[in-house]
Amino acid sequence: MGIIKAFKLGFDYLKYDEDGNVQDTQRAVNDVNLDIEAGEFVAILGHNGSGKSTLAKHLNALLLPTEGTLWIDDTVTSQEPELWKLRQKAGMVFQNPDNQIIGTVVEEDVGFGPENMGVPTEKIWKRVDESLQKTGMTAYRHHSPNKLSGGQKQRVAIAGVMAMRPKCIVLDEPTAMLDPNGRREVLEAVKELNRQESVTVILITHYMEEVIHADRVYVMDGGSIVMEGTPKEIFSKVDTLKHYRLDVPQVTLLAHELRKSGVDIPEGILTTEELVSALCQ
Amino acid sequence: MIRDITLGQYYPADSILHRLDPRTKLSGTLAFIISVFLFHTFPGYAVATVFLAVMIKISKVPVKFIFKGLKAILMILMITVVFNMVLTPGQILWKWGFLKITREGVDLAVRMAIRLIYLVIGSSIMTLTTTPNQLTDGLEKSLRPLNKIHVPVHEISMMMSIALRFIPILLEETDKIMKAQIARGAAFENGNLIQKAKNMIPLLVPLFISAFRRANDLAMAMEARCYHGGDHRTQMKPLKYAARDRIAYCILAGYLAIGIAFRVMGI
Repeated sequence: MGIIKAFKLGFDYLKYDEDGNVQDTQRAVNDVNLDIEAGEFVAILGHNGSGKSTLAKHLNALLLPTEGTLWIDDTVTSQEPELWKLRQKAGMVFQNPDNQIIGTVVEEDVGFGPENMGVPTEKIWKRVDESLQKTGMTAYRHHSPNKLSGGQKQRVAIAGVMAMRPKCIVLDEPTAMLDPNGRREVLEAVKELNRQESVTVILITHYMEEVIHADRVYVMDGGSIVMEGTPKEIFSKVDTLKHYRLDVPQVTLLAHELRKSGVDIPEGILTTEELVSALCQ
Repeated sequence: MIRDITLGQYYPADSILHRLDPRTKLSGTLAFIISVFLFHTFPGYAVATVFLAVMIKISKVPVKFIFKGLKAILMILMITVVFNMVLTPGQILWKWGFLKITREGVDLAVRMAIRLIYLVIGSSIMTLTTTPNQLTDGLEKSLRPLNKIHVPVHEISMMMSIALRFIPILLEETDKIMKAQIARGAAFENGNLIQKAKNMIPLLVPLFISAFRRANDLAMAMEARCYHGGDHRTQMKPLKYAARDRIAYCILAGYLAIGIAFRVMGI
């Protein structure tokens, strides 16, 4: 069984009236089944309002399912009395870099997670040194987070999660508020962690370019998972993706159009190099 | 104007003051504040000035930074000085209509000004040489006995450190909203006082909304990083007194003793 597994997961957002009675329910996640193996790089794609962030919050027990079951490392989230123990297994990085940094100095922020977990002082320092080094932020350890760029802040946030030594790290649109440089920086750091430390990565995004390197991609729409497969499989279905209001990478789109107009090239081309070599054959 | 407050703005440098235990610095600031009220003569103020000057010197913080904090209290300072000069009865130096400046008034005004300025400078030195986190750690540890009477010391210190961390972010936000509203034709400078206060509404409403949103995000981020209150929490930088702290306490005791001696002898 995988490190994260969901079975018929459903979640309703409740709307209360002034007296605190439930007025309205809104289904955000509907009948989702997931099975994520340890060490995998999984991407979850979806446009705004597709329920992907709500799903992400289930993956480290910030939200508990209304229906169905979610297992994190063989523990059922809705049956664990001390939820913080689950959260150290599945760390989470959020979208807004400013709103998730707690410390006033980079290294203090990275140490925040281990402090909460009750790790002894010397070991906290060791963990902080390690995670700063893994994310390439050692040079900034004494800086104030306010003076860093967006990409650097997100790397600090990732370091903060890594210091908790999670088995799995969930990134909820970590690059949505960054410029292209920052985006590349953060993705590199994430890929590196996945490769070197074999941490399971779950990347939630609506940028198609970011999922090219994933092992597996889920596409969400209207709270349900509508597509699942390797990036190649997903991107060969350009028309279906368009139907779910997702943009296909430019290269893939170009290849798709070329193919439609009769050029003999395979479906699911993801990078410029691939297209070049397919065309030159 | 808000930008000029140095309170809560750490100035990174490597000095003895920076390395002192925050608890020592807290007691030091308290001792200095007491001394400012103990001294009530000009020789006494001279001693306080020397003490303050030495502290500024060894803190390695540029003097410019320290005096920046004074800009924010300029208004209060002016009001205090003027009221004291005008409203204190005594030997009249200058008279115009019902306004009269007395010798005693000038004397009192100068004393008040010195006290106010020294209080701000004294506490600025502490906040400039101590990271907000150290400061709240220091407070948390010094106030821990209050936990017994159910004062949520850890929670209060956590709130303080978060508030301090978000001051620059919210200032930036205020600036952004202000510019956005100006671009849409909002006028912040026009009209009388009441009008001006009303003009602030398009600034304050979005600022509050965004502050609440940030608070919500931050709370979630803290939970995601296993925050579950102060119990069983360890510290990355636990506070420990070093030899330099003992020396600092001795110096402080000496300084306070001078203050008390001056008071007793009436100098």
